[in-house]
Amino acid sequence: MLDQTRKLLAFVVAAVMLTPAVSLAAGPSIPLDRANNDVRNVASLQRGARLYMNFCLGCHSAQFMRWNRIAQDLQLTEEQVMTNLMFTGESIHDTMQIAMPAADSEVWFGKVPPDLSLISRSRGTDYLYTFLRTFYVDENGNSNNKVLEMTSMPNVLWELQGLQRAVYDENGDWTGFERFREGSMTPEQFDGAVRDIVNFLDYVGEPIQVERQRIGVMVIAFLLVFLVLSWLFKREVWRNVK
Amino acid sequence: MSATQPEVSRKLGAAGRLNEWINARFPLQKMLAEHVTEYYASKNLNFWYGFGVLSMFVLVIMIVSGIFLTMAYKPSATEAFASVEYIMRDVEYGWLIRYIHSTGASAFFIVVYLHMFRALLYGSYKKPRELVWILGMLIYLALMAEAFFGYMLPWGQMSYWGAQVIISLFGALPVIGEPLVTWIRGDFYISDITLNRFFALHVIALPLVLVFLVALHIIALHEVGSSNPDGVEIKEKKDANGVPLDGVAFHPYHTYKDVVYITIFLILFSLVVFFAPTAGGYFLETANFEPADPLVTPEAIHPVWYFTPFYAILRAVPDKLGGVILMGAAVMVLFFLPWLDRCKVKSIRYRGWQYKLALALFVVSFVVLGWLGLMPATGFYLILTQIFTIIYFAFFLFMPIYTRMEKTKPVPERVVYHA
Repeated sequence: MLDQTRKLLAFVVAAVMLTPAVSLAAGPSIPLDRANNDVRNVASLQRGARLYMNFCLGCHSAQFMRWNRIAQDLQLTEEQVMTNLMFTGESIHDTMQIAMPAADSEVWFGKVPPDLSLISRSRGTDYLYTFLRTFYVDENGNSNNKVLEMTSMPNVLWELQGLQRAVYDENGDWTGFERFREGSMTPEQFDGAVRDIVNFLDYVGEPIQVERQRIGVMVIAFLLVFLVLSWLFKREVWRNVK
Repeated sequence: MSATQPEVSRKLGAAGRLNEWINARFPLQKMLAEHVTEYYASKNLNFWYGFGVLSMFVLVIMIVSGIFLTMAYKPSATEAFASVEYIMRDVEYGWLIRYIHSTGASAFFIVVYLHMFRALLYGSYKKPRELVWILGMLIYLALMAEAFFGYMLPWGQMSYWGAQVIISLFGALPVIGEPLVTWIRGDFYISDITLNRFFALHVIALPLVLVFLVALHIIALHEVGSSNPDGVEIKEKKDANGVPLDGVAFHPYHTYKDVVYITIFLILFSLVVFFAPTAGGYFLETANFEPADPLVTPEAIHPVWYFTPFYAILRAVPDKLGGVILMGAAVMVLFFLPWLDRCKVKSIRYRGWQYKLALALFVVSFVVLGWLGLMPATGFYLILTQIFTIIYFAFFLFMPIYTRMEKTKPVPERVVYHA
């Protein structure tokens, strides 16, 4: 028993002590590009939502995101959401679920595709923006990714982006990509499309964020006025203290 | 209470009669006088003295926001994470209540650390206020437990793994270690039953202890009286009515001042709640936006910022048990402060360079250790951690020596006050 404790403790302590190495290994292997998305841009959110429903929702649920909330926040009618974004005949009051059984996807991809409700909060928008743009075909002809090497996710956006391979200098350092098959979008258009998806995921991560800041401005304004008044009251009360 | 009071209150009508009725049965007037309207605190209290009332204010914020959170939170391993997101998205203003509570946790430690620093600046722990200090330290211990239990409730990755690391520390104790760890968890690993009991401890046991200790802290304080930036005992100079010459009544003087402090606090608090609720990953850590997964360790495990100075001290020692003992000692040594400090002068204004230098080094070591607790404990970081751990303890261990060597300035008879 004591031995087991020692082993468990050793494991935990080792896990803690090894965190720097682990974090270096598991963190993004390349510097991240800035997403520069704007959750106030409703047109971008609408485009991002459409792209998400077409390219992501097959595998990735957003189980905390409610359809009618999307309608409300993205300035769409519930009919528009039901006809343009929802394909599976759920209720507008449901959240964004997927039909793919987890057991099957584990067999197909080796890993259940994660729910993306909070991915923008756990990974950050820059990570997502860079990740979605750095898929490439490696020397073995397999789909690979520069942010997350050997990711089990295929390049679902390849029809838009085209196909690219990684380019290395004489030292073997990665310098960029070269496209060997055109997609339906120019590189600039594709970056914009990815930015829209990331923007939508940013919104999905915290749907209240724009409203939160709007309320915040009013709260701070009120408190500043209250501060002046409370200070004047304090000064008045303390006037006779010598 | 003068003998003419019943007559006066009869003239006041219904409210006065109610007042009279109550005071015949409960010492309301007496208590208000003792603790509010006739509690005299020095007129020269500066902003450092605002952090006590701010700590109480944050306690109230936490209790009220916590009550509302429990109305939608589900303390179950399968439902906890989703219920927090339910609060964030579907409960009316649930996001606001949750951010107030999560920001409040960090705010609590900020104001409590500054409150404790005030005591170090002005010698508030010295005779006759030793018991005020000890009760305050007990509050601090209860607060650490409360924060630890609460951090597990969202059931995110950092909730789970942070708790795993901290609970496992008890396993370093000889003989009782392993049974103790199992007893704390109620299971052989952190599970649903652990979450349930931590919820119970977080929402009722520790809050009761905290409120009780805060009451004792204030009763003890009001018995001996508040300190002040000059370290002068204002009770020693009283006027004909027995009112300290340098004292002003808690209400209205200090209460009106406290309202200003609370407003300033609320502005800073709101800036975080409304514009940076995660505070760059320090108040709400990014790894905690992923549900707890017992099979996958997060990239880096560390406690929230307010525990990192002690976490750094834990890791400064290569030996597990040694680290745990040193970490415990780092907290416990604070209890002995009133007896370690041998200098008769209370306020830093009149103390010698030795204490000023030691206090400055102590503050630097505490802040740097806090940073190091977030960094990997290897190589240069480890050496730095060990150096600052030594400085941290040196502040206390050598205190009886350097505080005796201090060449102090004369303390004035009355407090220094410029209207």
